[in-house]
Amino acid sequence: MKKTVRVRYFAILREQRGLDEETFKTGASTAGELYEELRSIHRFTLSPGRLRVSVNDDFEPWGTPVRDGDVIVFLPPVAGG
Amino acid sequence: MDFRLTNRAIDPAALLGGLGDWGAGACVTFEGRVRNQNAGRSVKALDYEVYAPLAEREGEKIVGEAREKFQIIAALCVHRTGGVALGDIAVWVAVAAPHRAAAFDACRYIIDETKARLPIWKKEHYADGTAEWVNCAAGGPKEGGGPGQEMK
Repeated sequence: MKKTVRVRYFAILREQRGLDEETFKTGASTAGELYEELRSIHRFTLSPGRLRVSVNDDFEPWGTPVRDGDVIVFLPPVAGG
Repeated sequence: MDFRLTNRAIDPAALLGGLGDWGAGACVTFEGRVRNQNAGRSVKALDYEVYAPLAEREGEKIVGEAREKFQIIAALCVHRTGGVALGDIAVWVAVAAPHRAAAFDACRYIIDETKARLPIWKKEHYADGTAEWVNCAAGGPKEGGGPGQEMK
């Protein structure tokens, strides 16, 4: 069953996607599957091994189930300070 | 709020007022400033992009951890967002404690964890007209965990 999620993009992913955020219908069951789906569509250069995932404003593991209405962010390697 | 984001110039004098109390025999501050070069390239400006809700929560958590680990009275960390110029303060940390050892240790802990954990990204603009997201080049070092690993 397809779920509708909101995906927000930051930094290099925002530039590669050309959007700050989008509403996306997906059959992915986990956050990891969702990234692979989006990566194949948009040709993101970062491999998932270099990213972290946030679901609904909290860090979560890649295996986190994707639920309808989730806000999902794939976090590129950080560089604060 | 012990962690703050701001899109304006950081003013240490204003922030230091009221940090700690008369029991604080030590106050250590750290200023992270925008440098004019990185990895051999001449930098002329930076942009910071921040995932604010998560950065604020994680920033508060880091300062809370410092309070648990070290004997301190008060701590504050402030990070810039948006465009910053050479010499600007990009991140600022202050810790007040009864004694200097804890103040130094906590300040070091807060800046190290801030750099490693907060969802903040830096785009460097170079003198040759190019620009790049730091740490994001394809084929760079592995960060995060990737599918199959627990990273919570």
